[in-house]
Amino acid sequence: MKRYLEIYWIMLRNSLIREMSFKANFLLWMLVEFLWFAGQIVFIEVLFQYVDRIGDWSKWEIVLLTGTHQIIGQLFQAFFYVNVANLPELVRTGKLDLMLLLPVDSQFAVSTRQFGLDNVVNALVGVAIVVFSLVKLSVIPTASHLALYVLAVTLGVAIHYSIMLALSTLSFWIVRAQGLIFGYYNLFNIARYPDAIFGRGWFKFVFSWIIPVILVANVPARLLARSFESPSARMLQLALATAAVVAGTRIFWRFAVTRYSSASS
Amino acid sequence: MNTRVLAARKYLKVFDIGLQNTFVYRWNFFIRSIFSVVPLVGTVAIWGAMFQTRGAGIAGYEYSSMVFYFLLTMLVDSLVTPTEDEWQIAADIREGQISALITKPINYLHYRLCLFGSYRLLYTAVTIVPIALIFFYFRAYVTLPRDPRTWALFPVSLAMAALIQFFIAYSLAMLAFWILEISTVVFLLYSFEYFLSGHIFPLDIMPASIQTALKWLPFTYEMFFPVSVFMEKTRGAALWSGLAIQAGWLLATWGIARLMWSRGVRHYQAVGG
Repeated sequence: MKRYLEIYWIMLRNSLIREMSFKANFLLWMLVEFLWFAGQIVFIEVLFQYVDRIGDWSKWEIVLLTGTHQIIGQLFQAFFYVNVANLPELVRTGKLDLMLLLPVDSQFAVSTRQFGLDNVVNALVGVAIVVFSLVKLSVIPTASHLALYVLAVTLGVAIHYSIMLALSTLSFWIVRAQGLIFGYYNLFNIARYPDAIFGRGWFKFVFSWIIPVILVANVPARLLARSFESPSARMLQLALATAAVVAGTRIFWRFAVTRYSSASS
Repeated sequence: MNTRVLAARKYLKVFDIGLQNTFVYRWNFFIRSIFSVVPLVGTVAIWGAMFQTRGAGIAGYEYSSMVFYFLLTMLVDSLVTPTEDEWQIAADIREGQISALITKPINYLHYRLCLFGSYRLLYTAVTIVPIALIFFYFRAYVTLPRDPRTWALFPVSLAMAALIQFFIAYSLAMLAFWILEISTVVFLLYSFEYFLSGHIFPLDIMPASIQTALKWLPFTYEMFFPVSVFMEKTRGAALWSGLAIQAGWLLATWGIARLMWSRGVRHYQAVGG
C-alpha cells in the first residue's frame, strides 16, 4: 500500500510539471469546463422561468444538485478520466504491453498515469455553487451531514471511474472505441437530473440499481439540501451500488487482461 | 474521356473509400447510436415533469411538440454533425500525410467534403434503426409538415446546416498547421454550439432579447433553424430571411475554410520544406 502511494505521488508530481509547461492549454481547458457548467446553470434558469418546482425539487435544490454533479464529475476527471480514455489507444497501438509488464497492479498502472489540475479548479467552482445554493436555501448542514456528503461524493467518483473503465475495457475486443467514451458522456448526462423526474419505470430501475448513475449526484444532493429526510436508506443503496460496480469492473478487467493479445507481432 | 466526368469519378471513388473506412468500424457506430438514446430519455423525462407542474404550454410548445422537437434534433444531428472529421484532418496535417495529398491532382476541401458526405450517409444508415424505433414509440407526437413548400425548403436548409458545420470543423482543423493540439479550441467552440444551436432546449423558449442576438449567430443555423422549419414554427417572411442569413453564413464559413487552407499550406511549406 505504501509503495502504491509513493508511486502515485511521483505520477502526480510528473503530471503537474507537464501541465505547467503548457500553461495556455491548461487555462483553455479550464475555460471549456467552466463554460459547460455555466451552460447548465443557464439551462436551469431558463426552465425556472416557466415553473417554480420540478417534481419535488425547488430551483436552488436543483442548482445544488448540478453543483454536486460538477464536483463529482470534475474530481473523476482530475484523477482518472484521461487515463481511462486513453486505454483504447493503448490497446490499439500495443503500448499496453509495457503497462502489463510493470511490477504493479495493471489496473492501477493504467488508471493513474496522469492528473488534471484544471479539473480540481473546476471542482472548486462546483463547491462554490453548492455553498451558494445552501445560503439561498438557508440550510446550515451539521458536521455529520457534511461528513456523509464527502463520503457520498467519494463513492460517486468511484462509480464514474468503474463505469467508464468497464466501457473502455471493451476496447480489448472492439478496435477504435471512441464510441465508448461518447457512451460515458451520454450515460452521465442523466446524472445531473433530479431523480424525481424519472417516475417509477424500468429506466429508473436500471439506472438506479444496475448502472447506478442516477444515484451518483442525487444521493449527496438530497442529503445536504433536504436534511429533514433520513439519509440512511439512500446511503446504504449508494454504498451497495458502488461496491457492486467496483467489484464488477475489477472482475471484468482481470478477465479482459487474460484475453489480451497484443496488437504488435 | 471528358475531364469533368473524370473528376466526378475521382471524387466518387473518394466517397466510396469513405464508406469502406467507416464500415470497418461499424461497432463504434453501433455503440454510439445505442448510447445516444440515453440522454433523450432524460430530456423527455425533465420536460414531462415541467409540463406536468406547469399544466399549460411553454412558449408555444406542448409536451407533444417538445418531444417531437428533440426527436427531430436527434435525426438532424446524425445527418449534419461531423463526428470525427476535424480530428482526422488535424491528424493528416500533424502527421504529414497531407504532403502526399497536396501533390495529387485533388482538391483537399472537395476530398474532405466527399468523405464527410459518405460518413454522414453511413452514420445515418446505422443510426436510423434506433431513431426509427424511437419515432415509432413516440408516433403520437409526430406531426408532419402540412405546407408542401416545407418539404422543398427543409432539405435546402438541412443541406446548408451540414455544410456550415463541415466548413467550421474544417477551418478549426486547419489550425493544426500552426498549433500542435487543437482539441481545446474544438471543444471551446463545441460548447458554444451545444448550447446555442438548440441541443439542450429549443432556442425560442429563451427571452426575446437573447433570441434576437442568436438570430445573427451561425449556431442557430447549424441545427435549430432546419428543425423549426420542419415543425413549421418558422414561416412566411421569417422563413425567407432565415434562409438568407443561413446562406450568408454558408458563404462566410466556406470563405474562411478556403482562406485557412491557403494560409496553412503556405505556412506548412515554409516549415516542412
